[in-house]
Order: sequence, then structure tokens, then C-alpha cells
Amino acid sequence: MPTPSRYWREIPQRYRLEAAKCKNCGHIAFPPRLVCPRCQSRAFETIILADAGKIVTYTIIRVPPQPFSDQAPYAVGIVELDDGVRVTGQIVDCAFEELKIGKKVKIEFRKVYQEGEAGVIYYGYKFVPA
Amino acid sequence: MREVAVIGVGMNKWGEHWEKSLRQVFTEAAILALDDAGVDKIDSLIVGCMSSGLFVGQEHLSSLLADYIGQAPVPAARVESACASGGLALRMGFIEVASGMSDVVLVGGVEKMTDVDGHEATYALGTAADQEYECYHGLTFPGLYALIARAHMEKYGTTREQLAMVAVKNHDNGSLNPLAQYPFKVSVEAVLNSVMVADPLRILDCSPITDGAAALILCPVETAKKLKKPVVRITASGAATDTIALSSRREITWIESTYQAAKRVYAMAGKKPEEIDVVEVHDCFTIAEICVMEALGLVEKGKGGKAVEEGLTSLHGKIPINTSGGLKAKGHPVGATGVAQAIEIVKQLREEAGPRQVKGARVGLTQNMGGSGGSSIVHIFERS
Repeated sequence: MPTPSRYWREIPQRYRLEAAKCKNCGHIAFPPRLVCPRCQSRAFETIILADAGKIVTYTIIRVPPQPFSDQAPYAVGIVELDDGVRVTGQIVDCAFEELKIGKKVKIEFRKVYQEGEAGVIYYGYKFVPA
Repeated sequence: MREVAVIGVGMNKWGEHWEKSLRQVFTEAAILALDDAGVDKIDSLIVGCMSSGLFVGQEHLSSLLADYIGQAPVPAARVESACASGGLALRMGFIEVASGMSDVVLVGGVEKMTDVDGHEATYALGTAADQEYECYHGLTFPGLYALIARAHMEKYGTTREQLAMVAVKNHDNGSLNPLAQYPFKVSVEAVLNSVMVADPLRILDCSPITDGAAALILCPVETAKKLKKPVVRITASGAATDTIALSSRREITWIESTYQAAKRVYAMAGKKPEEIDVVEVHDCFTIAEICVMEALGLVEKGKGGKAVEEGLTSLHGKIPINTSGGLKAKGHPVGATGVAQAIEIVKQLREEAGPRQVKGARVGLTQNMGGSGGSSIVHIFERS
């Protein structure tokens, strides 16, 4: 089981969608990086990602990993946000038959999963129909 | 650089080996390779293994396996690149012999996957994906390839039936391979009616959980020529990396790491894709084989599904792919897969592939891939 620090250090990304924008070429890295994958620059500014976008691809997980066993089946997709950044997450509050590539979605803050026996409750972003 | 040959291959039947430990599975394959080469002393051992720590709670395989194959105190190294660990081991062994550092190198791959239950195996395999930004959201490996499949179907019109035909073809080939975990045929209907794992991929689109090992003996070509066997050379080795998170790739349906590694081997061997006689690719899921055919330049971008449907890649087609049965039918003990691919190509080039022999095969290629394409290792083999 991970220590709380492993969860805590990702909070800026999972709660607030903080990303790093390269000051040289403008590439947005999510999660943030120390070196730009496009131009190798090391100078970044912190920005907040767009909170809406459209589905690029999706699947419905029928055989889940253990922490998600009470949630299956559930949809997971890659969404291209309005700022061009692609993010992976669950797509919820949407009937499976209404999932479609190109469908508009927005980001909401939700519970992702929880450990049993007084463990940490994991939160983060999910996508819902816009 | 010295020219490098494969002089020995060893592999036992793959499957669920409840009665055998990791060290036993590996040692059996190593013994077969040593005996096939007629070698009793090696200079170095390289072993590919993805996750013995999570699968059996054992690290430090370099020394453990050097000892158990009776070769300690030879130097040994374990290398890891997720499901491409075996291919990477081969590349490291190739470099070691080519450089002149060692003369006889045993390259092995192993994974013992059935000592944990399905959930733990899923978790261990998931560590090849981005733990914090993919697995955190409940994504699995079949899920990642399902994302690729859905995008490929949308972009190129690849059909569900074409995906199924990859599994059917590989099981056809696997039915001719007695070492395969599942040496039987399946029908398109069986694939289409099998249990859904991650839409649109079903259980018969997925490679299985397998215990298995594979081993090769490498040495300089000059030494190999003295043996009474056809000389199979490794004429090119290429490797490339890419982001491990699928969402960070520029194109979800394109395996850039395979393209880059392939570009390097074609240049190194002075070969074009159309000059390859037989190919083993990393079909961890049916869609993977289609994407890899495209990235290797064997078919045009977006035409992989159609090529499978037209029989281009079947045993007697223009470009036979996965004559061994592939990961789908032969099994996929992740760290061993890249080495076993090389074994199939060596057998084809030596004309020892029995009922799955590709007539007159002289040039073969292997492509081994880590994660959803975060790493790729490609090799070209030739019989002189």
C-alpha cells in the first residue's frame, strides 16, 4: 500500500490540474516535467489545464484491477482538452451507448477509489458529458 | 564490430507450470540452448525479466540464474524493459559479442506468472503503464490496447472481424507448434463471442498469462562457421523508446518506437521491408499486430486490418507473421517473449520449423514491444 506522501505529492495535478508550460516553445506537459520533451528547454511556468474537451478514444473496463472491482464496468477515455492537452481518466454519468469519439465532456472533481480498512480515499478528475 | 551468430536455441513447452519454479523453468531452457549449441562454458549471461519481484518476490536474478545453470562465477546481468525485456536482453548480448567483450553469451528470458492470482498479475503487468496517470484511473493493459483499437477502427475503418482474424491466424500457426501454450485453432465466431474484457477487445483478443523461458547462445560468426550447422547471423539490432503514457503520444494508433527501431535495423542490415521472408511480432493484443505491421513498413499505414483479412500475413501468405503462434497462441511469459521470437526465426532460417516452415526463408525479423509501445526492440536475422 502506498504511503500518504505518494498520494499527497500528486495533489496539484489531481485536484487542480496544474501543468507546466514551456517558456521556450509553449508545449504543455501534464504531468509537469523538468525537461521539455519537444525542445529540451528547462524553463516552465505553471498553468491550469482547460476544464473541457472532447473524447479522442474510450473503452469500457469489464475486468478491473482490484481497487476498482466495485466499480466495473466503467468507461475510461483519453480526452483532448480545449488547450490541446490529452488526459486519461474515467468518463462517468454517461450511458455506455452514448459514448462517442468526438463527444464533448467537461472535468469534474470526484472520488476515484478508496482503500479498505481506514485507508486513504483517492480523489481526482473525471470526465462527464458537457 | 564483430559479426554475431546464434548457435543454440532452447525452449520448453509454455503454459501454467504449477510444479515448476522460476529458476527451474529458466534452467531447463538454458540447458536446451547449451546442448543445442554444444557448449558447456559461457563467458556471460544476460537475462530479460520484467517483474520477478512482483510475480515471485525474487530479484537478483543475474546471480541466482548464473548459479543455477552451473556457470557461476560468470558475470551476469538482468535487463528490464517491460514486455520487451527479452528483446533487450538479446540486444545486450549482441552488443557484448559484437564488441569483443565476450565470446560466448547466453541470452535468456523468463517470467513465472502463475505464482500470483489474476488481480496481482494484472497489477504487475500494469506497472509497464504510467502508474500515476493511467493505472490511477482504473486503466488496465487490455484497456490501453482497447483505446488504440477503438481509435484505429474510427480512423481507418478497421473492423472487429479483422481484429478477430489476427487471433484466428495466430492460433492456426500455434496449432502446429507443440511448445505453444494453446496449440489449437479458434474461429472468428469464437473470438467475437468470447467474454468482453475492455470494449472492443474480448478475451480471445488477448495473449495469456504464461510461465515460460527461452534461451539463445550467441558467439562470433567466425567461431560459428566451425560448427556443422547452418550459420544464422544477427545482422541488425535496433531499439527505441517513446512516452509510456498513451495520452502523451502524438498519434494513438501509431507505434513510433517500433517505426524508429525498424528504421535503424533496415539501415544497419541494408534491407527493405519487402526483403523479409518471415516475421515475429509482439501481438500482446490483436490490435497490436495490426499497428506493428504498419510501423514496420510491411503494409501501408491504416491497411493492417485489410492485409490480415486478405491472408497476406498467414503462413503461406506474402509476409508470414507469427508462424510460432505469436504471443496469442504460444503464450506470453513477458520477459521470455522477445527471446522466443528469436528462436522461431532461427528455426525458420535453419529450416527446422517442421509443419510451419516458410519455404526458403533466408531473412527474418523480430519485433518485441514494452507496454503500450513505450519501447520497441527489432532484430534482423539472416542465413548465409
